[in-house]
Amino acid sequence: MAGDDGATPLIQAEGLGKTYPPRDRRGTGFRAVAGIDFHVNRGEAFGFLGPNGAGKSSTMRMLGCVSPATEGTLRILGMDPARDGRKIRARLGVVPQDDVLDPDLTVRENLTMYGLYFGLPRRVIKERTERLLEFAQLEEKAGEPLGALSGGMRRRLTIARSLINEPDILLLDEPTTGLDPQARHVLWDRLFRLKQQGVTLLLTTHYMDEAEQLCDRLVVMDKGLIADEGSPQELIRRHSTREVLELRFRIDEHEQAAEKLHDLVRPGEGERVEVLPDRVLVYTHDGETTLAAVTAARMTPITALVRRSTLEDVFLRLSGRTLTD
Amino acid sequence: MPMFLREFLSWMLRYRRTWKSTIVISVANPLLFLVAIGAGLGRLVDPSSLGGLTYLEFFAPGLIAAAAMQNAYIEGAFAVHGSLRRGQGYAVAAATPLEPRDIMAGHLLFMAFRIGTSALAFAVVMMALGATRSPWAVLTVPAALLTGMAFAAPLAAWTVTVDKFDTLNKVFRFVLMPMYLFSGTFFGIETLPDWLRPLAYVLPLWHGVDLCRTLSLGTATLLTSAIHVGYLGALTAAGVAAALVTYRRHIHV
Repeated sequence: MAGDDGATPLIQAEGLGKTYPPRDRRGTGFRAVAGIDFHVNRGEAFGFLGPNGAGKSSTMRMLGCVSPATEGTLRILGMDPARDGRKIRARLGVVPQDDVLDPDLTVRENLTMYGLYFGLPRRVIKERTERLLEFAQLEEKAGEPLGALSGGMRRRLTIARSLINEPDILLLDEPTTGLDPQARHVLWDRLFRLKQQGVTLLLTTHYMDEAEQLCDRLVVMDKGLIADEGSPQELIRRHSTREVLELRFRIDEHEQAAEKLHDLVRPGEGERVEVLPDRVLVYTHDGETTLAAVTAARMTPITALVRRSTLEDVFLRLSGRTLTD
Repeated sequence: MPMFLREFLSWMLRYRRTWKSTIVISVANPLLFLVAIGAGLGRLVDPSSLGGLTYLEFFAPGLIAAAAMQNAYIEGAFAVHGSLRRGQGYAVAAATPLEPRDIMAGHLLFMAFRIGTSALAFAVVMMALGATRSPWAVLTVPAALLTGMAFAAPLAAWTVTVDKFDTLNKVFRFVLMPMYLFSGTFFGIETLPDWLRPLAYVLPLWHGVDLCRTLSLGTATLLTSAIHVGYLGALTAAGVAAALVTYRRHIHV
């Protein structure tokens, strides 16, 4: 089958776009995705990183074949969503942003119901349900109503549910938003296992640490467009320095200090200063040395922190804004 | 198995957990009305003013149709809105091989199940109370079902386009309730003023009420029954046709 030979990508988008119709006669349409190109290979973990409103969820809905593209072409598993939506969806697993689980049903029944939607025989549903309950670490909650689950458990159940049809591709929209750190790590571990089993993962996130943990390759999205594409390390290398010196000054010294810092960096080697409302970021190859130079210049930051560059810095460079703006 | 049956099965799975609470509103409520008004208040009505009928005999078949309409609103408007906007059950189904038309057809089938079983329960009590006069009364069950679907299908088609739950409440209060009262359920529309009567003939519920009543009393004629069935059938078909479009537009956004 096309898309399965390993040579052609599993997913290919060219000039893909989505414009929503206006809500009333006077309104204008909204172009949430403004023509993007990307491809995803089998077995990859591919991320869409960007702030709220960047067009990530709209892209995910098009990939899930529940939202027709209004421009460009999209091929998933070698098929066209406009024509073969049913066939594609039969091989997808979808984890939506909100856990839309059925509150009237038990944990196990939620899985059963989803299995029915895929037309699986009862015997198969039963066997997979037990396996997935174990995978999601929910065996003890199997017979309980949904109300008995914590946020992290609900998320794991939603992921377990999306696996009932043993999908080739798993679409995860903001998989860990709203979860506490421990629940996030449990979830990351589960997703990592899936990846090792050969499931292709596509996820959106506005957490840079999540993208760095999970994604082999990602695109940075902003205002409906792709700003750049690559592995987390590539992107960091391309758009940032190895280290970042974060400095905080007293409010009345903030501007002045930022001015002086410009003299300490070597723009020819990619070093630069980024002034944020609450702090100044100095992009440098050697944070400690730069910090020593700051002290030598008789500047007195309230706090100083040397850290590695992250995707957050990449995003700041590409869009001029922080991810949480 | 056709895809829409998967949607129906999922509703049935859910129904196994929720049927108890629906019994109250769908079956017990109309039966309380039947007893309180039909057998209680109705004693005050002189049978000579109803051409020899007791008020219970007059009222019961009208109420089976009106109850079907009310159940159609609960299932076709409130439950549809919940599935699209709040619980998002439709979105869950849409992520699977089901198309919007399968989701629509499966849910309509479940609505038919709910309306039909409620009508059946009502008919059994109606007959046990001796409120029917003809063996044709058994046909009040499919007649009430058709009446319900003539509301449920167009309502479902419209509801998926509605954002605010409050809109549904308003329509219930200002459209459904007047129809409930002025479609011949509680009193014959012959008693309405001349200028208002033609309006009643247009109301779908009147067709349902008259169909059920003439069947229950054994006065149904082929022609008038065919007109009623045709009218209600046409509304159901129009509702399904509209729902095919609105479901696609509002689920595959």
